Amino acid sequence: MTGAQILLESLKRAGTEVIFGYPGGQVLPIFDQLYDFDIKFILTRHEQGAAHAADGFSRATGKVGVCLATSGPGATNLVTGIANAYMDSIPMVAITGQVGTHLIGNDAFQEADVTGITRPITKHNFLVKDVKDLSRTIAEAFYIASSGRPGPVLVDIPVDVQRAETEFIWPGKIKIRSYQPTYSGHPGQIKKAAKLISAAKKPIIYAGGGIISSGAHILLRELAEKIQAPVTTTFMGLGAFAGTHKLSLGMLGMHGTAYANHAIMESDLIIAIGARFDDRVTGRLDTFAPYAKVIHIDIDPSSISKNVKVDVPIVGDAKNILGPLIKQIKKAPDTQSWLKTVEAWKKKHPLAYKHTGKLIKPQYILEQLWDLTKGDAVICTEVGQSQMWACQWYKYLTPRTFISSGGLGTMGFGFPAAIGAKIGRPDKEVFNIAGDGSIQMNIQELATCVANKINVKVLIFNNGFLGMVRQWQELFYKKRYSYTPITSPDYVKLAASYGAIGIRVTKKSEVRKALEKTIKTDNTVFVDFRIEPEENVWPMVPAGQAINKMIDGLA
Amino acid sequence: MRHTISVLVENKFGVLARIAGLFSARGYNIASLAVSETMDPSISYMTMVVEVKDEDVLEQIKKQLNKLIDVITVTDFTKREHVDRELILAKISYASKDKDRLEGIFNKFVGKIIHHEEGTAIIEAVGDAQQIKLLLEELNKFGIKELVRTGKLAISN
Repeated sequence: MTGAQILLESLKRAGTEVIFGYPGGQVLPIFDQLYDFDIKFILTRHEQGAAHAADGFSRATGKVGVCLATSGPGATNLVTGIANAYMDSIPMVAITGQVGTHLIGNDAFQEADVTGITRPITKHNFLVKDVKDLSRTIAEAFYIASSGRPGPVLVDIPVDVQRAETEFIWPGKIKIRSYQPTYSGHPGQIKKAAKLISAAKKPIIYAGGGIISSGAHILLRELAEKIQAPVTTTFMGLGAFAGTHKLSLGMLGMHGTAYANHAIMESDLIIAIGARFDDRVTGRLDTFAPYAKVIHIDIDPSSISKNVKVDVPIVGDAKNILGPLIKQIKKAPDTQSWLKTVEAWKKKHPLAYKHTGKLIKPQYILEQLWDLTKGDAVICTEVGQSQMWACQWYKYLTPRTFISSGGLGTMGFGFPAAIGAKIGRPDKEVFNIAGDGSIQMNIQELATCVANKINVKVLIFNNGFLGMVRQWQELFYKKRYSYTPITSPDYVKLAASYGAIGIRVTKKSEVRKALEKTIKTDNTVFVDFRIEPEENVWPMVPAGQAINKMIDGLA
Repeated sequence: MRHTISVLVENKFGVLARIAGLFSARGYNIASLAVSETMDPSISYMTMVVEVKDEDVLEQIKKQLNKLIDVITVTDFTKREHVDRELILAKISYASKDKDRLEGIFNKFVGKIIHHEEGTAIIEAVGDAQQIKLLLEELNKFGIKELVRTGKLAISN
């Protein structure tokens, strides 16, 4: 077989259902094989779109997302998408073409040192210089991407390697002597954790994206119910614990709920599971949770005691640790009075917004969307205010229903990610909650939707601003709105010109009807909601403050 | 404080760049680095000396090294019985009349003259950090024109 054939055969053996990508000079042999090969291929309109779509597919399904681009600019256009997947620990394999091996390092046409560029933003990467190594490399790439703490892996394949021929050998079980992730937790540590839990008076569970990648959400609920501890999730953990559960505190941190922030600050025990004490969560580190002991369960040892000192670290896969931990807890702590305190915070500091005038409030749109879907949908988001409102005002019931760029905060992620999510979950209604800034960053993917009949519903919260930056300018830069007012095209005409449907909504009274129509429409829909231009995301913890020092413009 | 760490890695292209990148991305400095093949040609051995401000940073460095796919093992010699040595080559100002003085030095340190010509001698010497430091002070009295060092090599007892 040729290298190109081996690549596709290997991708298929590794379980690839769909490749998102874009052709080019140095991947011609691969595309020639794709022409009649039995793998679905989605042609995006930009390589960045392909990377985000592969990422979105992975987040929606738990499978490894695959994207493919040519050398040089094709590969560098993937870079943001790869970095995005890396920051959020999303399993992805990116395949790039490379100039012929004899030309590497010669500044050849469309040459870039892609393994060099992506070294710090991939879990691992490979340059395949011999066709004999190709099938094994692809197998290893999938194994590395999906095991341990997941992440993106890039495989760079020179065009002559794609053309070279060798016998196809698919490796059996992959074993890498220098890479052996720890999956089961240390029994002694689990015992220590159980003791701490039994002795706690004000425990809180702080659950992150690790619950979702591990598939430990059912065990998480069991643990929470057994020890009657409130649960707050990180941004990446939304969906890991049902937002409607009585023990749920929603998201914590900079734009988290006030009651989640108060609860973690006053707690005497934090049970962190698959979360990494990111700066958006802890706020000012030396003020964070001063009374709390910390149990930290994580598959990545380097996440433990990186930011917050941990009392009981347990390295391993959440799914394998929570079972034994639940069994080890002989006596559930008495948390009755703690839960009462937490309940009082919930009553005193609920999420809130005010209707003023006739303009549409973004929170209202999300409330209506919740009411119409009741959590049975995949909500993707762009980045900024619309994203934070989507975290606060929609309730996520199950894993993989909230898809958003966390660590990197990539504007332009949501729309292509929604495309990937819809391919992965065709049975679900997929929404992209967008701002008028972000949607214009990868708007070209409208063509991908229409051409492939991928019906994604894009709800644009159009306020005429790069809203989150404007909010910071309002609060911390004397309302000097430097380059944050932004114009938009006519989204209704734009959608129509691509062959999609556009709807404009300017009144609160039209919101529900428009959403109903959107859901019913068998096409990609762009809804241009004209929202209150200077609405802010509340509550908010100013950068560098303790997370219980929230400001709230409504008070 | 300075710490000596050794790393066993897969002997593949790009591995050194991965390790160097890990340090540079976080602004950690590598004080010295020695790399070579082991008896098993598929494995390389690196000894590095790193300068860090506290134990937490050292801990994070070790974890990050371990996280690299091509790293097989990481050994921290800070709290471990070990021996370490460094080889230096020094080009010094030297005249025949200095012969006795130099030989006196070599009674105290492991070293020898490996080349000399009018006005110059090249010295080879081996020692631990303290010995090399003292030796260099002695050699400096002759005038060191050029100095190259391997960086520290370490092996556990």
